Amino acid sequence: MMEEPIIRAEGISRRFGGFVALREVSLSFRSGELASIIGPNGAGKSTLFNILSGSLAPTDGRILFEGNDVTGLPQHRFVHAGISKSFQITNVFPQLSVHENVRVAAQAMVAGKNFWSRRSRLIETDETARALLVEVGLEGVARRRAGELAHGQQRALEIAMAMACEPRLLLLDEPTAGMSPEETKDMVQLIEGLARSRTVILVEHKMKMVLGISQRVIVLHHGELLADGTPDQIRNDANVKRVYLGQGRH
Amino acid sequence: MKSTAVATPSMWERMDPRRLMGGVSQHRVLASAAVLAVLPLLVPYPALAINVLIYGLFAAGFNLVFGYTGLLSLGHAALFGTGAYGCGIAIAVLGLPWYAAILVGLVFSTVSAALIGGLAIRTRGVYFGMVTLALAQCLYFLFYQWVSVTGGESGLRGVMVPSIDIGPIHLDLFDPVQKYYFLLAFVVLALMAFSRILDSPFGAVIEGIRENENRARASGYNVWFLKWMSFVLSGLFCGLAGALNAIHLGVVSIDSLFYTTSGTVVMMVLLGGMGTFFGPFVGAAAFLSLEDITANWTSHWQLIAGLVFIACVRFFPRGIWGSILARLRA
Repeated sequence: MMEEPIIRAEGISRRFGGFVALREVSLSFRSGELASIIGPNGAGKSTLFNILSGSLAPTDGRILFEGNDVTGLPQHRFVHAGISKSFQITNVFPQLSVHENVRVAAQAMVAGKNFWSRRSRLIETDETARALLVEVGLEGVARRRAGELAHGQQRALEIAMAMACEPRLLLLDEPTAGMSPEETKDMVQLIEGLARSRTVILVEHKMKMVLGISQRVIVLHHGELLADGTPDQIRNDANVKRVYLGQGRH
Repeated sequence: MKSTAVATPSMWERMDPRRLMGGVSQHRVLASAAVLAVLPLLVPYPALAINVLIYGLFAAGFNLVFGYTGLLSLGHAALFGTGAYGCGIAIAVLGLPWYAAILVGLVFSTVSAALIGGLAIRTRGVYFGMVTLALAQCLYFLFYQWVSVTGGESGLRGVMVPSIDIGPIHLDLFDPVQKYYFLLAFVVLALMAFSRILDSPFGAVIEGIRENENRARASGYNVWFLKWMSFVLSGLFCGLAGALNAIHLGVVSIDSLFYTTSGTVVMMVLLGGMGTFFGPFVGAAAFLSLEDITANWTSHWQLIAGLVFIACVRFFPRGIWGSILARLRA
């Protein structure tokens, strides 16, 4: 018997006016998988990422998360269902403290029933935030304003915030964008750690990194699925070599 | 100066402005109430103190939307004005007692806030400002033309509350000092509610929305609903300020709904310090004192107010109270 996939996209298309960004893409991800979506610019990676994370509704097709149809639900419902994402461009609450950034994110999951209680009574969110900051290595800067952090630290903070809702599926949009080699190494380690206990899907540009950490790689080209397989299969795929690797990048 | 023991900080440490500020912000309602309680002794005449109280509350309500949630509404006169008219109509037309009239005012302003917020929050940034301004002007013209109830251009007259009797307490509202402390009781209750709102998860997340709406949405918050909630709660505070103003003046002027009133409250909050608890009262006091002083010299006092305002925004973007807080905490 086949295991129910954690998320399944069925015949997903997305048009922007006359432009077709994604054409009838069908994909599913197993629970616990660490997968990457790659492709040249304009391949439809970001569109697929946004549809899987609920920030964009598909024009056609369905998204099933753990067997439930979540197509077209607002973003916050995706989060409550168990899907969380980080942004390509750093998105934090710059004026709030690092701790408060994560605390506010963690509070979203428990606040529903306690929305008017005193903040200080929500001790568990404080503890969740503290634990997450330890996990991403930011406990030392917890009291600083988030806007003052270095770029790599802000990216780590964003991961902590994405983790605050205890997602079963974590989507990361170019988590190492703009990072130094050292920062990239730390981030890769962090992602590998996170992937041990949940499903992680990355959208990435850095081919070497993707092939290094992913169990599975999906290649998009002109809004369609070009290849789908293990890093080794992708390295040797003739189509992928032609459109992507053959261009001499990375 | 060395500390005598770990548990008991020395007097010097206790006098440290940062410690002091920490204590004050923990008891912000008490501290605010204490300052407002002695305000009539600090200003030249009680009427000015009453205006600071009422406009300070109005500005605090506006600050919830503007300073804490990050939405620049240019239509808050609608919430102040409908609160004033609701209360005024209940007293002058329906003959209800003052406490019921205040409730009617709150219903008017909260319903207005729910409608205006519901329509405007679909838009963002400058469009949000324009939509709130337009909707508030719609209400202005509605009340302007509904002469039989509102008195139209000449305003609503006869909002008479000469005295208040609560059990053994008798207050004569013709005495400005007694009136001041009567109104202060409501303002302190409102500040307690306000502080409690800021202290809730809701209060934390609206600041997150101000900082980064997309991040708040991606964290699992229904941003539209939370902004709307903030607008509606703001309507409650602004409407209370309007209702108290109706009782204070005995008339409701049509100007209370006019867009200049919306502009005034923006200036007060910016002058005082957006997103600070007591800033709106400082801003109201600064604005009204400025008006009071300059209006004696020239009928073009708004010109001077405008220049002072520009200078303030240019050199003290955190506002008067905001700058003081920043300095004390640094």
